Amino acid sequence: MNQLNNLTKGIIKENPLLVLLLGTCPALAVTSSAINGLGMGLATTFVLFMSNVFISLVKGFIPDKVRIPSFIVVIASFVTIVDLLMQAYTPGLSKQLGIFIPLIVVNCIVLGRAEAFAAKNNAFSSFIDGLGMGLGFTMALVLIGGIREILGAGSIFGFKFIPEGADGILVFILAPGAFITLGFLIAILKKTNK
Amino acid sequence: MAKKESNFKNMTIALFVITAIAGLALATVYSVTKEPIAIARKLKINNAIKMVIPEFETISDTVLMPENGKDSIRIHRLLKGTENSGNAIETYTDEGFAGRFSLMVGFMPDGSISNIEVLEHKETPGLGTKMTTPKFKDQFKGMKIADIPGEKLKVKKDGGTVDAITAATISSRAFCDAVNRAYTTNKKGEKQ
Repeated sequence: MNQLNNLTKGIIKENPLLVLLLGTCPALAVTSSAINGLGMGLATTFVLFMSNVFISLVKGFIPDKVRIPSFIVVIASFVTIVDLLMQAYTPGLSKQLGIFIPLIVVNCIVLGRAEAFAAKNNAFSSFIDGLGMGLGFTMALVLIGGIREILGAGSIFGFKFIPEGADGILVFILAPGAFITLGFLIAILKKTNK
Repeated sequence: MAKKESNFKNMTIALFVITAIAGLALATVYSVTKEPIAIARKLKINNAIKMVIPEFETISDTVLMPENGKDSIRIHRLLKGTENSGNAIETYTDEGFAGRFSLMVGFMPDGSISNIEVLEHKETPGLGTKMTTPKFKDQFKGMKIADIPGEKLKVKKDGGTVDAITAATISSRAFCDAVNRAYTTNKKGEKQ
């Protein structure tokens, strides 16, 4: 019951992006299409649960004063592993996401969960927490990416549904569209959660 | 398990062990992915060459410094048997709206442009990115830069022949700059 709660809280109630407002920088920058959002979300999810599990396993071994540097080293290692794997096996997506994959290192969701959850809970709960938070982040990114892609490019997951030569609403592909979309989503979530 | 005390010995050991494990893990992943990454990069270049010059059997590469520009340019000479079937030039410009972008420009043996592929760019979505669409790129097909006055491509706004993308004149200018760089480097390569 408690584990289920750990999993689901990340998806709606404590959604890292839409409720906790963590990790907004990559969320705004890479969500110009649904597939980019999905790639970014899954990469972050992987780093999240791997680093959560690892940190909760070694937490007894790490003295308090070097806690943050140790966490950062662990997180940075997992991020580099993801980056290398993506370059090797999904070069197209890796090109699209560019600098934002290495920047998962400084994504506050990952360090935030390590500090707030993994450092205090056992490995299994931390795994579930990382998975839930990651999925919540992924869902939010796909949602924003999907909305921006539909309105801005007239396509969804790369399938174009408006006639050839017609343009979407350009502003949604550009940076302001990301802010507008995020703002509306947060407003809707606030309203329905009341 | 009780928390370790934050004394010098414990902190040193903890950091040492963690960084050692991290280093080992990264070295392993790096050696595993090294080859696939190299293959993926090569495949991308080869696909771009095939897009600009469709028919060839062997490639021989040379690297040349352009007359103006910071970095060297790779010329892929494409041969069919012993006959030259065109050159594919990996060129770049630093004048893009968001900095550098790179193109693959194909020249036929008679000096006309066969096709252009955009390799890498960071231009504004919806504006500068239109340079990757056939609508803009196809106007270069069959163009002979040698026949243009001044042997230089320019957008119409600057008194040239190229139709710029609406609201993306800077990207269009940079595109011409990259193609010009490919042309002069290709010419330099032919002389050698």
